[in-house]
Amino acid sequence: MADNQIDATQWVARYSDYLFNYTIARVNDRDLAKDLISETFLAGLKSMENFKGDATERTWLVSILKRKIIDHYRKINSNKGKAEVRINYDDSESEGDWLEERVADKFDRTAEDQIENEELGTAIYDCLDGLNEKQRTIFRMKTMENFDTEAICNAFDITPSNLWVIIHRARKAMADCLENNWL
Amino acid sequence: MKLECHEANHICDKSQYKEATFWEKVRLNIHLIYCRACQKYTARNTKLTKAVKNPKVNTVSKEEKADLQELLNKQLSGK
Repeated sequence: MADNQIDATQWVARYSDYLFNYTIARVNDRDLAKDLISETFLAGLKSMENFKGDATERTWLVSILKRKIIDHYRKINSNKGKAEVRINYDDSESEGDWLEERVADKFDRTAEDQIENEELGTAIYDCLDGLNEKQRTIFRMKTMENFDTEAICNAFDITPSNLWVIIHRARKAMADCLENNWL
Repeated sequence: MKLECHEANHICDKSQYKEATFWEKVRLNIHLIYCRACQKYTARNTKLTKAVKNPKVNTVSKEEKADLQELLNKQLSGK
């Protein structure tokens, strides 16, 4: 049963932010994340016939992305040993100081904070995906892309009070969703 | 002077985008003194704004998206 259809033209608009946050949390490098995502999209196009429609498009793309991330780490790992890092003491004064002493101690941030923050991006875009089409686009434009109220009203041919009702509903849904999934 | 809850929520929404006027904010804050429901709504709304504004939340910029889209279109038309 093919419940889900593929529409590759919408991929960038719909999933790039979600996938980007997903990747960033795992590789911690903007450019690398971008490369991985474009590779994912291309790989997705190539194996479009294999998409059975059991999962949603996004789940399917994420499963490709996961493989790309693993591949990336494999590649780095095989380069191991080619580059050697040497750390010397700058002067005789500090000789005997251990490397551990030089690493900044981020005592103000706990591991939990870190995880929460890394996953926040994915959680937000996950929740955004749960809104309906109109709420999603308008909330995005207003909140993330900082469009003027007037500009959005013109683009969608709605009145400001329409807009605020949509924003209100979207915010409510987003707050509910984040409360359930993240906090 | 007295503010209905739905109006208070509307001002709260607007102030999340810095679009509420000074007087509106004064009226909202007076309303918040006695209205529990709106206090809760405002707290959650502010939290949402903070979450979205969190620098750890990454957005793909317009140009980057356009690049990606172009790449994708090329592949699509090549098929």
